[in-house]
Parts: sequence; structure tokens; C-alpha cells
Amino acid sequence: MPNYSIKLMATITSLLLVITIQSAMAKVVHSERSLYRNIIVEDKGDLRCLKFNVKTTKTRQSCLQKSQPQQLVFNYTKQLLTALLVNPNPKRVLIIGLGGGTMSNALHQLYPQSNIDNVEIDQSVIKVARQYFGFLENSRIATYSQDGRVFVKRALLKKQTYDWIILDAFNGDYIPEHLMTAEFLQEVKSLLSSQGVLTANTFSSSKLYAYESATYKKVFGDFYQVTNPENNNRIILAKKNGFTATSLIKADALLNNPLLSKQLADIGVNSSQLFRNMKYTKDHQDWDNASMILTDQFSPANLLNMDSN
Amino acid sequence: MTSLTQKNHLTNLYIYMLAFTSGFSIMCVELLAGRILAPFFGSSVHIWGSIITVFMLSLSIGYLLGGKLSTHSATLTRYGFIFIIAGITLLPIVTSSQSLMEVIFLAIDDSRYGSLVASTVLFFIPTIILGMLSPYSVRLLVKHSNESGQVAGKLYFVSTLGSAIGTIVTSFYFVMWFEINTIVLSVSLLLTLLGAVTIIIEKLRVAAKKSNHRKVVKHA
Repeated sequence: MPNYSIKLMATITSLLLVITIQSAMAKVVHSERSLYRNIIVEDKGDLRCLKFNVKTTKTRQSCLQKSQPQQLVFNYTKQLLTALLVNPNPKRVLIIGLGGGTMSNALHQLYPQSNIDNVEIDQSVIKVARQYFGFLENSRIATYSQDGRVFVKRALLKKQTYDWIILDAFNGDYIPEHLMTAEFLQEVKSLLSSQGVLTANTFSSSKLYAYESATYKKVFGDFYQVTNPENNNRIILAKKNGFTATSLIKADALLNNPLLSKQLADIGVNSSQLFRNMKYTKDHQDWDNASMILTDQFSPANLLNMDSN
Repeated sequence: MTSLTQKNHLTNLYIYMLAFTSGFSIMCVELLAGRILAPFFGSSVHIWGSIITVFMLSLSIGYLLGGKLSTHSATLTRYGFIFIIAGITLLPIVTSSQSLMEVIFLAIDDSRYGSLVASTVLFFIPTIILGMLSPYSVRLLVKHSNESGQVAGKLYFVSTLGSAIGTIVTSFYFVMWFEINTIVLSVSLLLTLLGAVTIIIEKLRVAAKKSNHRKVVKHA
């Protein structure tokens, strides 16, 4: 019997210890249930993160270093900057999916003269970005609490164009299926200026991968994929007019642009590393050619994303 | 006498089966409504608000109208016609939803009211017609007033079970196997076909009765 109680006490003590350590590591600064999801703001030492769900590991998050808020923390946000290799001076930028607003802030620092439109469906996310992530808005940075598809359609009607569109509306748990169809991508393509670029943060670990890739190829032709061995994010980099032999991205694109390299270094991005994980789909197509494409009529993205490859 | 009750029993089973199908169809279409509206009005919470409001409203009106209609010489033939009309009124969803939603999108800036108008235009009428079927089924099934509650209970059970199955099958499987238009078209064809079969069955029954009657008259 005493043996048991010692074991029991040891278990309880170690459990308590684990709990204390964990709570010391991560402190929830704010949590709320919005109309669309749970929103959690968590502090881990110097790192402040916005999470949309606690349980799954798939969940995407948006983080900043409190001591150096201008640095981009996550690889996928850095990967998004590969768009600058194609269009180094975007005057009008559209960001669909706000997160903590860290991308908008970083871009404003890089291009203080450029106009940035942020679109976020969830009003609570906008509020949290302002309150906890220092999300900056001014005469050049606007935020719209709207569905991304509706915003794009309305912007087309107003004959607006963007030099760079960043599609980051997928948080990993639930995919807005109407933002992944050929029709939507066609609308996005029409919204790009003649030299415009699209970067999309997408999925690379489920059945959805092939469908999504095929859909982008159908609309944009061959594109670049930016992957990172450390995580399962994949960035798709597509151009309105497609890539031609002369417009293919060269390794020295950044070396020829020391100003951009320097600016990128200021926000924590190693520009020579950016190029390293880029692959052109014409030479490296890693999905089945016979893959079906996603359309407004057929878009079971969430069902496809459940089965891993 | 036994063969007559057996026949009645079969007819009743057939009516319950039809009620199941109408419940199935309503929820199958309602679930797809979210998908149909999303390209123009997004997938904000208010989109489902619009859809559910329109479906509830049209079902309530359908119950009222169906009940009223059943008071004037209710027949299986008329019942069959309601199915055919339901099938036909679903067709514009397949043929013209794109152009209708385009017009509404251009006319109304606020996606809340845009989606409300669009769901009304697309789903109001077919759902009213589908709603009419429930009270009409009760009328056809009830033979004595003391069993009316039990019959109504059974009918709600069957049609709501149909709704549950229509919801799960559509959201779990149909959207992965078929295009939205294919699913709506199939529902429309199924309803029309069942309506036609019902009318034919009733015609055959009446003809059989008449010939029976003639035999009886001859013998006399």
C-alpha cells in the first residue's frame, strides 16, 4: 500500500510540475470565441502568437517578437516575400486573411508609399490584431471586414487592380472552399495588374495537394512553389501573364538588387535563402497530371484535406 | 376484404416513402444552397442566416397551403402533380442561378440582403411546394379521426428522417462525388419521376376499380 501512495504522489507531483512549467512557458493573454473560431493570443517569452485552435497541430498561427516587432517570425511569411523577386516594387497590395496583421506591417515597413488593403472575414480577428499585435492602419493601409470572394468580385466591378495579391485565408482547420476554386482564381487573376503576382499560402500534406495544384496550373499556367522542409507550408507564386523564358526567376535576381536584400535583412529575411527552396512546376511537377480541378460546382476541399496522402 | 386492406397498406407505405423523399430533397438542396451562394455572397455567418430563414419561411407557408389544398378532393393524382411541380421549380437553380445571382450581386451592395434576396429567388418557391407535401400526405393517410395524431407523428418521423439522411449523405459524400448541378438535377428528376409514377399508379387503380365495378354490374 505505501508503495502505491508513493507512486501516486510522485505522479501527481510530476503532473503538477509539468502544468506549472507549461504555464510558465505559455501564457494566454487573451482568448475569445468569435463567430467563426476560437481566438487565442499567447505569450511565450518574447514571442506573442495568435492561434485559432488549441488542439490541432495543423493550425496556422501568426507571431511576432515583442522586442523586435518588425521581424517576420514564421518561415511561411518569409516565403511569401518571394513575390518581390518577380515584382520588386508593388504599389498596390491586397492581403486576404489578416491574422495578426504582421504581413501588412512588414510590407508597410518595406514600402511605406504603397497602398495595402487587408481583407478579413472575422471582425474579432481585426480587433485582436489591433489590440495585441500592433497592427498598423493609416491613410495607405485599409482593412475590410468582408468575405474575400465578395471583396474580390466588388473590386473587379470597381475596375481596381493590384500588383501583389496575398492569399492567406486558410488556417488549417477549416478551408473556405469558395476561395480555392478555378472561378475564384480566375477572378483573382483578373484583379492583378499586368505585372501582378499572386502568392498563396496553401496545403502540402493531404489529398487536396494535387487538386489544388492542378487548379492553379489550369488558371495561371506553370508557377513556382516555395516549400520549406521544416514545415508543411507551401507557397504558390503565380504571375498574371505566366512565366516566360526571360521572366523566369534567376538566382542572381536578388544579388542584382542589394537594396531589396538589405531591406529584407531588416525584417529578418535572408534573401539568398529565399531562392533556395523555389521550384518551377514546369521542371518539377509533383502531382498527377490527371488530377481533377476544383470548381464552384465541385470543391470538397475540406473532405479532401482530411485524408493524408 | 383482406386484399383491399393489403392494397391500402401498400399505398400507405408508398406515401410514406414519398414523404421521406420530400424531406430528403429539402435538406439536400438547403445544404447545397450554401455552396451555390458562396461565390457571390461569401460564407459569412449571415449567409446561413439568409438560407435558413428562407427555408423555414417557405416551409411554413407550404404547410399552410398544403393543408388548405388537401381539403378539396384530395387525390393521389393531385399529390403526384405537387411532386412534379416541385421537381420543375427546382430547375432554375441549375439553369439560371448564375445569371440571377449576378443581377442581385450588382443591385445590392450589402451581402446580407443580397444573400437574402438570392435565396428567396432561388429557393422560396420550390421549398413552398415541397412543404405542401407533408400536410397533404397526412390527409391521404388518415382514414379515421382517432388515428390522425398517430399518422401525423409517423409522417413527421419519416419525413424528418429523410431530411436527416439527405443532409448527411449530401455533405459527407455527394459533394465529393458529384457537381452541385448534377445533384440538384437528380433531385429534380427524382421528384418529377415519382410524381409521374404516382399519377400512373392512381390511373391504373381507378381503371381497375372501374372494371371491377363493371364486372359486379354484369353479374347483377
